[in-house]
Amino acid sequence: MLAIKNLHAGVEEKDILKGINLEVNPGEIHAIMGPNGAGKSTFASIIAGKEDFEVSQGQILLEGEDLADLAPEERAHKGVFLSFQYPVEIPGVTVTNFIKTAINETRKAQGLEDMPAGEMLKKIKEVAELLDIDRKFLSRSLNEGFSGGEKKRNEIFQMAMLDPKLAILDETDSGLDIDALKIVANGVNKLRNKDNAVIVITHYQRLLDYIVPDFVHVLMDGKIVKSGTKELALELESKGYDWIKEELN
Amino acid sequence: MELKDKFISSFLAVDDFIDSHGPIYDIRNAAIKSFEEKGFPTKKSEAWKYTSLKSLLKNELSIFPKQENAVELKDVRKYFLHDIDTYKVVFVDGKYSSFLSQTTHDGVDICLLSAALSKDKYLPIIENYFNKVAPNDGMSSLNTAFAREGAYLYIPKHKEVEKPVEIINFYTGGETDLMLQPRNLIVVEENAHVQIIERHQSLSSNAVLTNSVTEIFVGARAHVDYYKIQNDQKEASLIDNTYIKQERGSIASVHTFSFGGKLTRNNLNFYQHGEHASSVMNGITLIEDTQHVDHNTLVHHIAPNCTSHQDYKGVFDDRAVGVFNGKIFVEKEAQKLDAFQQNNNILISDKATINSKPQLEIFADDVKCSHGCTIGQLDQDALFYMRARGIAEKEAKALLMYAFANNVLESVRIPELKKRINKLIALKMNVQIGFDL
Repeated sequence: MLAIKNLHAGVEEKDILKGINLEVNPGEIHAIMGPNGAGKSTFASIIAGKEDFEVSQGQILLEGEDLADLAPEERAHKGVFLSFQYPVEIPGVTVTNFIKTAINETRKAQGLEDMPAGEMLKKIKEVAELLDIDRKFLSRSLNEGFSGGEKKRNEIFQMAMLDPKLAILDETDSGLDIDALKIVANGVNKLRNKDNAVIVITHYQRLLDYIVPDFVHVLMDGKIVKSGTKELALELESKGYDWIKEELN
Repeated sequence: MELKDKFISSFLAVDDFIDSHGPIYDIRNAAIKSFEEKGFPTKKSEAWKYTSLKSLLKNELSIFPKQENAVELKDVRKYFLHDIDTYKVVFVDGKYSSFLSQTTHDGVDICLLSAALSKDKYLPIIENYFNKVAPNDGMSSLNTAFAREGAYLYIPKHKEVEKPVEIINFYTGGETDLMLQPRNLIVVEENAHVQIIERHQSLSSNAVLTNSVTEIFVGARAHVDYYKIQNDQKEASLIDNTYIKQERGSIASVHTFSFGGKLTRNNLNFYQHGEHASSVMNGITLIEDTQHVDHNTLVHHIAPNCTSHQDYKGVFDDRAVGVFNGKIFVEKEAQKLDAFQQNNNILISDKATINSKPQLEIFADDVKCSHGCTIGQLDQDALFYMRARGIAEKEAKALLMYAFANNVLESVRIPELKKRINKLIALKMNVQIGFDL
C-alpha cells in the first residue's frame, strides 16, 4: 500500500530525513519508535504533505502513485490520515460541523454527492459510542479547551469517521491516561481490516500493548536503523536506545 | 472653482428646497456657515490621519441629481431581506421611491424625513431632535445643509416594531460622480424597540460618494438594534456619520459589515446620558484589492454605571487598508463603568495594511476599561490541520475566517440577516460552506 523509497527531506539546508525505506502492506500495523529529535513527527508530516519540508530525494508511493505533487487535501482524499501530536484548536467550528465538512469535501473530490444528513448522524452516533464520546462533546468548538486526552480521542473520532486507507498516529498515546488509552486503542483495533494499514509513532511501548504491531522500526538520526517484530519494542523499553547506537558504531 | 466653494455657492443659489418658514431653516443656514469654516477633513486632522478623501472630492462631483431614474423591483429585489416581511424606506438617487417602499403610520411612524419636515404634526419631534446630537464638523454640517431626504422613524413609548425596518439607498449611476447626502432621524421613546438594517447600494460601476448622517435617540430602557451592510460596488464610497444619544437603561447596538466599496469611513458615536446605558459596536471587515475601510468609533460615557462593548474583526488581502480608531471618553461622573474594546486583524497579504489605534481618556477613578488589539496572519498550523483532513486550501481559509469572525456573526439577532451575511462572506471568499455557522 505504502512504499517509501530512499526518502530524504528537510528544511532549507538542514536534512532531517536521510534515506528512509519502508514498505507497508494492507492489513499491517507498523510501529515507529525512536529518541526525541530522530525525525519521527517530521516523517509523519511529510507523508501527510506538510509544505514546510522539502523532499530532496526519494519517493512516497501510495498504491503505486507518487504523492510528491499532491497537496495535503489531495492526499487525504486518497485515504491518508494523520492523527496530530498537537491537534489545532479552531474556535467557532464545532466538532460535528468540521467532520461533516471534511467528509463532504472528500466525497466531492471523489465525485460523490454529499453524505445524506441522516446517514451522517447515524455514523456520528455509532462512532461516538465506539469511542465512548459524550454527544455534548460533538457540539463544542473543535479542540477548544479540550484536555489532552479529549484532543486525542477527537483525532481518533475523526479517523473513524473518515475511514482512511493509511492512518498515521503521531504520539497518540501522549497525554492519555490508561483508561483513555484503552478506549483509543480499542477504537483503532475495531477499525482495522485487511484493506487498511496503520503506522503508530510512539516513544513508549505502552500503547503497543493495546495496538499490537506486526513490525517495529527504530528511527534514529533520520534513518530507520533497525526493524523487527513486537519483541523489539519490549527490548527498547527495557534497554533504551543506547545499545542500538553502539551496535551501529 | 474648488469643490468647497461650489457647495457654498450652490447653497446660496439653489434656494428652492429651503423653505424659509420651515422648522430647520436656521439650522441649515448655520450648517453651511459651519461647513464654510471647517471644510472637508484632511489628513492633517488626527481623526483623519489614515484616510484621505482627496481622490474622492473631485470638482466634477454633482450636488443634485439632474434627472430622475427608476429602478425595477426585479433588479434590486436581492438587496432586500426578501425572505421575511420588513418595513422599507427606499431611496433612488436620493429621491424617495414609494414604489419600492413599505412605510407605516400605524402606531409608529416609519416614513420619510421630507414628509416629517413639511407637516405640522411632526414639528415637536423635529424641533426636539433634528440635528440635536450631530456635531458641527465639516462632513456632518455639509449633510445638514444639503440633506433633503432620508428615513424618519418615530417609535412612541412601549411600542415594539414587530418587523425589521430596511433603509436602502440605491444609486442608479444614471449620472456619474454624484454626491448624495441622505439624512435619517430615528427617535425611539421609552421602552420601545426597533431593529433597523441600513444599506447603500450602487447599481452601476459609476463613481458615487455618499455622505450620510443618522441621528438616533434611544429613550429610557429602549432598545435599538442597528445593522449596516456595506457591500457596495468598486467605485462607490461612503462616509457614514452616525450619532446615538442614549438615556437611562437603554441598549443600542450597531453592527457594521464592511465587505465592499472603494472607501468607507464609519464615524460611529455613542453618547450615554443616562445611568445603566449599554452600547455595543461590532464589526466585520473583509476587504481586498485597494479597498479602504476606516472605523472611527467614539463612546462618550457621561453617566455612571454604564457599559460599552466593542468587537471589530478585520481581514485584509492584497493592498487593502484598514483603520480602527476607537476612542473611549470617560467623564468624571461616569463611575462604575465597564468598557471593553477589542480589535483583531488578519493580514492575508504582505501588502495589506491595518492601522489600529485605541484611545482611552479616563477622568473617573472607579472604572473598568480594557482594550486589546491583535494583528496576525492566518494560522498555518490550523490550515495544514484542516487540509490534512481533506478540506481544500480555499475552503480551509474561509473556515478559519468564519471562525475568526464568529463572535460577531453570532451576535446578529435577525436569523435571516445572519444567514445573508454568512452567504455574503462565502461569496466574497468564493466558497460554498455546507453548513450555517
